[in-house]
Amino acid sequence: MRQRFLNRINFTDIALGIIGTALVGLIVVGSFKTLAEGNYTTRQWLDFVVFGIAQGSIYALIALGYTLVYGILRMINFAHSEVFMAGSFTAYFAAASMAKSGFLETNTFVAVLILFAIAMATSTAIGVLVERVAYRPLRRAPRLVPLITAIGASFVLQYTFKGLYGDQFKAYPEIDTLKGSYTWGDINITKVQVVVILSAAFLMLLLYLYVQFTKTGKAMRAVAEDKDVAALMGIDVDAIIVRTFALGAALAGAAGILYAITFRQVNFFMGFIPGIKAFTAAVLGGIGNIPGAMLGGIFLGLFESIGPILFLDGLNVPAPYQLKDVIAFSMLVLVLLFRPSGILGERLSRTKA
Amino acid sequence: MANILTAETVTKRFGGLTAVNTLSIEIPERSIYSVIGPNGAGKTTFFNCITGFYKPEEGDIVFNGRSILGLSSDQINIRGISRTYQNIRLFSNLTAIENLLVGQHPLMKATLFGPIFGTAATKREEKAALEESLRLLNFIGLAKKGDLLARNLPYGDQRRLEIGRALASKPKMLLLDEPTAGMNPNETEEMTKFIRHLRDELGITILLIEHDMRVVMGISEKITVLDYGEKIAEGTPKDIQGNQRVIEAYLGRGTAGQVNH
Amino acid sequence: MEQENTTSWWLTAIQLGLIGGVVAILASLIGMVESFHARDIIAGQISMGETLLLLIMIGFAYSSSRNEQSPISTRVTSGVITGVTISLTIVLFVMLGAVVNLRSIFVNASPTLYKILTLEISNTALAYVAIVVVGAIVSLAASLVHGATPFWKRVISSGFFIVLLLALLQDLIRITLTPFPFITEVLSWMFGRRGQEGLSILGAIVVFLIVAGVIYNDAKHGAARRARREALPEATKRTRRWVSWGLLGVFLLIWPRIAGPVLSDVTNSVGLYILMGLGLNIVVGYAGLLDLGYVAFYALGAFTMGVLTTTGGEIFFDVRWTFWEALPFAVIVAVLAGIMLGIPVLKIRGDYLAIITLGFGEIIRIMFLSDFLKPYFGGSFGIVSIASPTIGGIVLDSSQTLYYVILAACFVALFVAHRLRDSRIGRAWKAIREDEDVAQAMGINLTATKLLAFATGAAFGGLSGAIFAAKLSTVYPHSFTLITSINVLALIIVGGMGSLPGVIVGGLLLAGLPELLREFSEYRLLIFGILLIVMMLNKPEGFLPEAVHKREFHEDENLSHAAGG
Repeated sequence: MRQRFLNRINFTDIALGIIGTALVGLIVVGSFKTLAEGNYTTRQWLDFVVFGIAQGSIYALIALGYTLVYGILRMINFAHSEVFMAGSFTAYFAAASMAKSGFLETNTFVAVLILFAIAMATSTAIGVLVERVAYRPLRRAPRLVPLITAIGASFVLQYTFKGLYGDQFKAYPEIDTLKGSYTWGDINITKVQVVVILSAAFLMLLLYLYVQFTKTGKAMRAVAEDKDVAALMGIDVDAIIVRTFALGAALAGAAGILYAITFRQVNFFMGFIPGIKAFTAAVLGGIGNIPGAMLGGIFLGLFESIGPILFLDGLNVPAPYQLKDVIAFSMLVLVLLFRPSGILGERLSRTKA
Repeated sequence: MANILTAETVTKRFGGLTAVNTLSIEIPERSIYSVIGPNGAGKTTFFNCITGFYKPEEGDIVFNGRSILGLSSDQINIRGISRTYQNIRLFSNLTAIENLLVGQHPLMKATLFGPIFGTAATKREEKAALEESLRLLNFIGLAKKGDLLARNLPYGDQRRLEIGRALASKPKMLLLDEPTAGMNPNETEEMTKFIRHLRDELGITILLIEHDMRVVMGISEKITVLDYGEKIAEGTPKDIQGNQRVIEAYLGRGTAGQVNH
Repeated sequence: MEQENTTSWWLTAIQLGLIGGVVAILASLIGMVESFHARDIIAGQISMGETLLLLIMIGFAYSSSRNEQSPISTRVTSGVITGVTISLTIVLFVMLGAVVNLRSIFVNASPTLYKILTLEISNTALAYVAIVVVGAIVSLAASLVHGATPFWKRVISSGFFIVLLLALLQDLIRITLTPFPFITEVLSWMFGRRGQEGLSILGAIVVFLIVAGVIYNDAKHGAARRARREALPEATKRTRRWVSWGLLGVFLLIWPRIAGPVLSDVTNSVGLYILMGLGLNIVVGYAGLLDLGYVAFYALGAFTMGVLTTTGGEIFFDVRWTFWEALPFAVIVAVLAGIMLGIPVLKIRGDYLAIITLGFGEIIRIMFLSDFLKPYFGGSFGIVSIASPTIGGIVLDSSQTLYYVILAACFVALFVAHRLRDSRIGRAWKAIREDEDVAQAMGINLTATKLLAFATGAAFGGLSGAIFAAKLSTVYPHSFTLITSINVLALIIVGGMGSLPGVIVGGLLLAGLPELLREFSEYRLLIFGILLIVMMLNKPEGFLPEAVHKREFHEDENLSHAAGG
C-alpha cells in the first residue's frame, strides 16, 4: 500500500501543490488583512460587485464565441478578439455621425439598435472570413497548423484595421439619455450598466433558445458530439461550422458595442486583453459549455473587480489595480491546472484535450 | 513457471461505463498470452491500464513481483513493458532509424551537456545506439529502409517498425495490439512466425490482442476472453474453441446454435 | 455539360478578379500603396507602391490561368478576364472616391492615393481607360508566362525577382560597396542618379539579361558541372568545403567594417532575433510546444543585466557589476523562469499551452511595469546606464564592436542547438512533438524532457535579452510585448520549424528587411500575419525544411565523424 502511494506521487504534483497552496495562502491572508483594516465601505464593495457583473457580462458574450467554436472544432479561435474589435471599431463611425446629427440623443433606442446591427454584421463577416481562410482549408491538418494561421489572421486583422481607420483611440460619443444612475439603498447602478447587463442577458437567452430548440442548434450539438457521425446523418458539417463561427462572431460584435458604451474608447488593439479575459472565462466555466461560458464570464468579472483590492490591498501592494490582469491570467493558469474541466464542464478525455 | 505479470480484480470505469470489470489475469513468464473478445470488450483499455495510460479505479497490477499501479507510462516502460498500438502510432516525421533510437531512450544516459561538449562517453553511447538500431533494422527486415521517414514506409513495414521500436528498449514483456490487422494471409503468416521468434529467441513474454482467430489459436499458450469488460473464459486454445459462452459472445445469443464454426 | 464548364471558368475568373480587386483596394486603403510609393523600383518610372498593385494583378491573373486541363487560349482569356476585373474594381473605387469623401472613415484614402491609382493622369476618362489597359496587358503577360516552357518561366520569374530584390536592397548594396571606387561607378550607372532610388531602366534590363544568361548557362551546362563536382575525390571536396566555410568566416569577421555603423546596428538586431529564434526553435520546432510568451525570457535577461550593472538612477540593487559578471546571472534567471513556467504547464497541451504562455509573457511585462515592483525595476521608466561589455580594457559600446559579442553568442547557440538536435534529448523532443503519449510509453520522462526544452530555450532568450540591454544601455517594459514573440515565431515558421538554416534565413528576411526598408516596418506585423497564414496553408514545413538526417548509408562517415570530431 505504501509503495502504491509512493508510485502515485510525482514531482509535478508536488510542485503544483506548493504553487497552489502558496497562492491560496496569499489570497486568504490578503483578504483577511484587507477586511480587517476596513478601508472600504460596504457601498464601495457593492460598487465593485455591480461593476464586476457588468464587465463580466461583456466577457461572457465574447466567451460564448470561444466556447461555441471550441465545442465544435476543439480549437481555440485565436482571432476571436479581433472579431470583437472589428465590430465596435467599425460601428464607431456610425455612432460618431449619429451623434453629430443628434439622432443618437433623439432616438437613442433606434440608434443603439443600428449600432448593434452594424457591429454584429461586421463581426459576423469577419468571423466567417476567418473560418474560410484560416480554418476550413486545414480541417485535417495537425493541431499546431490552424492555431498558427489563426494567430496570423489575428495580426492581419489588427493591422488591417489599424491601416483602415488609423491608430488613434476613437472616443465613442457619450449618450445623454444613458447618463445617471439608479440607487437602491447601498446599491448604485449606472444606466449604462443596466443596459449592458440586460442586453447581455437577453442575447444569452436568445442564444440558449437557438441552440436548444432550432434545427440548426440541434445540428450544432450533433456536430459538436461527433463530426463524422453527424455527416453520416446528413448534416452539412461545413455549413454548421460556418454558422457556429457566425453566431459567436455576432455575439462578439454585440459585446463590442456594450464595451464601447461602457469604456467609450476603441482602437485597433482593443480586442487583445478582453479576448484573453473572455477566453479565461470560457475555460473557467468549462470550455465547450454554453452556460459555463456565461457563468465563467460573470465570475471572472467579479473576481477581477473585487480581487485586486481584496487580495492585494491588505498586503500593502501599491496600486493593486495595475495587477488586475495578472490576477486574471493567474486565474487562468490555476483553473487549467487544478480543474481543467472548469466549473460546469465535464472532464474532457485525454484524446480530446 | 513463475508469473511475470499478475492483474488482480482490475476495474476501470469511464463515467457510468465499466470498461474493465474486476479482471484478474496471470501471465506466465516466456509465454504467448492472448486477450480476445468482441469489439468494445475492453481489451485495449486493459492494455492502457497495464502501461499506465489509464489509472484503474480498483485492483492491482504486479509486474516482476512489484506493483506498477499508479506509475506513469515512462516508468512502466523502464520496468520492462513495451507496447505497440492498434492504429500504428509511429513518430511519422522521424526516420525509421530515429524511431528505433527513440526506442532506446530509456537505456541511454546522455542529457544536455554530454552532447553539447561531445564527451567521449556520449559519443560511445551514440555509436552503440546507432549500431543497435542497424541491427534491429535488419532483425525486423527493414534493412536499407532506415533513412526513410516512417510515414513513407508501406503498411507492413510500419507494423514491423513499431514492434522494432518497442523491442529497442529491451523489454521483458511486449504488448501487441492487433499486430496483424489489415494484413493479407501471407503477411499474417510471417507476422505469426515473427512473434513466435521473438519469444523463442529473445525470451520475451508476449501479451497479444488479436482478432484473427487463426493467429490466436495458432500461437497462444493461453487465452482470456473478455466481453463487456468481464472475463468470460480462460484457458488453452482448445478450451476456448469449445466454450459455449465465447461462441455466444461472438455471435450473439440465439444464433449460436445455427452457425457452424 | 460543355455549357456548364464554359460558364464556370469565366465565372471563376471574374470571382478571382473581384477578390483581387478587393485585395488591391484594401492594400491601398490601409496605406501600403501610398507609403510604398515613396520608393522607386525603376527610377522615375515604377514605384514600389505601383509594383505592389502590379504584383497583386500578376498573382491573381496567374492563378486564374492555372487550370492545366484547359487549352492555352482559355487559360490566357481567363487570366485576362481576372486582370481586367481587378482594374474595373479599382476604377469603381476611384469613381466612388470622387463622389464620397471616404477619408472621414478611411484615414489613408488621400488625394495622393487616387493620384497613384489613376496613374497620375489628370483626365479622368483617360485614366480609367489606362487602368483597364494596364490590367489587361499585365494579366496577359502573366498568363502567357504560365503557358511558357519551364525554362522561360524560370528566366522570367527569377529575372523579376532579382530586379525587385536589387532595387529594394540598393541602400545595402551601395553602402557595402562604397570602398570600391570602380564598382561605385558601375552602380551609379545601374541605379538611378543620386537622390533617385531604384534601378535605372538600362540597369534593370542589364540585370534581367544577366540573370537570363546565367539561367541559360545553368540549364545547358549545370548538370554536367554538378556531375563533375560530384566526381571529385573526397579530399578535394572536403578542402573546398573548408575553403568556403573559411571565406564565410572571414566575411563575417570583417562585415562591420564593410557595413559601417548603421548597417552594423541592423545586423545586430538581426543577430539578436536569430539568437531568440534558435531558442524558440528548440521549444517550438524541436519539442512542438507552442510558446507565445517567449519574450518573457528576453525581458528577464534584459532586466537582470540592467539591475546588476546599472550605474545610474535610483535602483534598489546597487551592485554595479560588469557585463561579463552579470551575463551568467541573466541566463540563469531566464532558465529558472523557464523551469518555473514549465512546471505548471507540463500537463497542458496545444492551444491551451499557447494561451497560457501568452498570459505568462503578459504577466512578466505587467509586473515590470507596475508600481509594485517600481523600486526594483523602475516601472515604466525602466533602467538606464547599463554597462557595455569590455574585452581587455576595450569598451564594446558601438554597433560595430558589439557585433562580435552577438556573433559569438549566435555561434554558441547554433553550436548547442546543432549538437542537441541529433542527441538523445533532441530525439526525445522530436518524439514528444510527434506524439506525446507514445513518447511517454517509450520511456521518455515528459517532465524532465519538456523542462529541459523550456530551460534551454529560455537560456538563449535570456542571453539575447542581456545583450539587448547592453546594446541599448537602457531597458524599459514597453520593449517586451507580445509582438516580439510573434516576430520570433514568424521567423522560425517561415524558415522551417526545427531547421537551423531556416532560423538564420528567417531572421535575415523577417528581422533584416523591415529594418532596411522603413516603409515595410510599419506593415511588419501585417506582412508577418499574412506570411504565417500563407506558409501554413501552402508550405507548413517552411522554406528550408528540417533536414532528414541520413544515417544508414552514411554509416561509416558518421561513425568516423563521431569518433574523430
